Amino acid sequence: MTSFLIARKSLRQHLLSTSVTALSVALAAGLLMTVWVVKEQSQNLFTNMTGGYDAVLGARGSKLQLVLNAVFHLESSPGNIPYKDLELLRKDRRVAYAVPIAVGDNYRGYRLVGTEMGMFDNEYSEGKKFQLGQGSWFDEERKEAVVGSFAARKLGLKLGDKFNPYHGLNYDVNKRHADVYVVKGVLEPTSTPADRVIWIPLAGLQTMEGHAESAVNDISAALVKFRSPQAGVMMEQLYNKQGNRLTLAWPIGAVMAQLFDKIGWFDRILEMVALLVAIVAAGSILASIYNSMNERRRDIAIMRALGARRTTIFGVILIESSTIATIGSVLGFAIYAVIMNVASGVIREQTGVVLEPFKWNPIMWMAPVGMIALGLLAGIAPAIKAYRTPVAEFISPVS
Amino acid sequence: MSHVVEVENLVKRFRSPEGETQTVIDVPSFSLEEGKQLALCGGSGTGKTTFLNLIAGILKPDSGWVTVCGKEMSILGEADRDRLRAASIGYIFQTFNLLQGFSCLENVLLGMAFSGKSDTDQAMKILDRVGLGHRLHHSPGQLSTGQQQRVAVARALVNRPKLVLADEPTGNLDPENAKQSLALIRETCAETGAALLLVSHDQMVLDQFEAKSDLAQINSAAKKEVAA
Repeated sequence: MTSFLIARKSLRQHLLSTSVTALSVALAAGLLMTVWVVKEQSQNLFTNMTGGYDAVLGARGSKLQLVLNAVFHLESSPGNIPYKDLELLRKDRRVAYAVPIAVGDNYRGYRLVGTEMGMFDNEYSEGKKFQLGQGSWFDEERKEAVVGSFAARKLGLKLGDKFNPYHGLNYDVNKRHADVYVVKGVLEPTSTPADRVIWIPLAGLQTMEGHAESAVNDISAALVKFRSPQAGVMMEQLYNKQGNRLTLAWPIGAVMAQLFDKIGWFDRILEMVALLVAIVAAGSILASIYNSMNERRRDIAIMRALGARRTTIFGVILIESSTIATIGSVLGFAIYAVIMNVASGVIREQTGVVLEPFKWNPIMWMAPVGMIALGLLAGIAPAIKAYRTPVAEFISPVS
Repeated sequence: MSHVVEVENLVKRFRSPEGETQTVIDVPSFSLEEGKQLALCGGSGTGKTTFLNLIAGILKPDSGWVTVCGKEMSILGEADRDRLRAASIGYIFQTFNLLQGFSCLENVLLGMAFSGKSDTDQAMKILDRVGLGHRLHHSPGQLSTGQQQRVAVARALVNRPKLVLADEPTGNLDPENAKQSLALIRETCAETGAALLLVSHDQMVLDQFEAKSDLAQINSAAKKEVAA
């Protein structure tokens, strides 16, 4: 109990350096947790987010580009394919269902995706179907739109609102189409990239004013659900090995996993930066306590003269260093919450994928415990200095 | 009556910055009976503080024996010496040596803590006894030098030690405060039955004691120094 009281008093006496050091620990713990949680959750979400489909069929090119374009509504389309390829797919008994998407326009940066009503009949995730929050579905024959929840909120679109699409995937004020669309419905949030999309009838996008006439019978890609995994193997053989006109990106999760493999080096750099910050924080604990030792050696000598054992003094310093690390680790959760709030907001804005900052992850105990262990280690050098304090020299000069 | 301190052939040497070995303490024999109060006089460089530190077990002798409360210091390990000091010895320093971050009460409680005791009532009682019952939660910096010395006295005596060592306890006080402080130390030691070994070069202090010795006479090393 005495050791804890002495440590508490000492930390209070050096309140400024204690606070600054605890903040550096908090930053390190917060960064460690953020880097790991963002990395693991985003990898997990992106590789498991298939939109309810097994594969994407598109123009010959990169599978990753196809998936990013058709499932995540990022990237541009590698090219168009004829609608008849979709019809062929639908006739194949190995295919459960297939829906088209067509892209190429946006409204103030939020992309318009042309599709058929079948898109909304299928599950986008196991047991989950698109639901309307307000209004009704679009009529495939009319210039009507159903807006994803996030896009509706960001664009301020309400039922009955009219808007002119802009050409291209990036918003350019000079590329406004003459067509006018009416908002017929707003989707319930799905926490998927679909929330960032304005859905319109496939024909609408194909026949948009200014689009090439040849695009009337084209689609950007087809989202495919197979009846069995074996079907995927056979279809991949058919399109990717035997054919040379189309690309089948299958399975979608594996294609995304390849992306994370490719950018694995970036994760490792982030991890290293976070670990370096943790080491620097531990160093700051060491420096702050070690630097205070000179002014504290007299106090230590007095305590020794009063009967404190060397081990007691050693323990007091370790209690101090671990207390700073503990306070820092607790504050680290606040730092984590702030950084995650910003990071998840940016990720949602850019991809529609929603991270869960407070979903349990082992790093949430590993980072604080690791920081406390580092704090303890950092306390060893000053504790040794305190342990070796020559008592007689500091309580009064030897005559 | 048994002795609370017994010293035999005690030698302590230090290495000077020039690398020469200097004998600071060479005491063939010294003792102090339980409950007695003795003043040791000695000028600068006679080894007063070193002698007290050797008795307190803060320093280890190069040779010889120091027995405190029946325990032979030189054969005790450091932790046991610390334990003995915490339980049986009260130390009053010239510079008071109070811990600045601690209140008066906490400073006194620390005097008990290292022997495993913690009796707030007893600490408050002794602070009251030295006239500081109304300053329990003041920090040393908020007290006058005389009051600080009284806290140091309370801290040394709170544990009811068998031996109190006082190293120039009035050296930093004005004559009036010095007189009061000395009287307080002597009275409280007498009340608790603690033996008092005080070292000072101040004649006024020495005059208050019935029993006094010249450290230069006890310490052969100091004798040589004086002769030289």
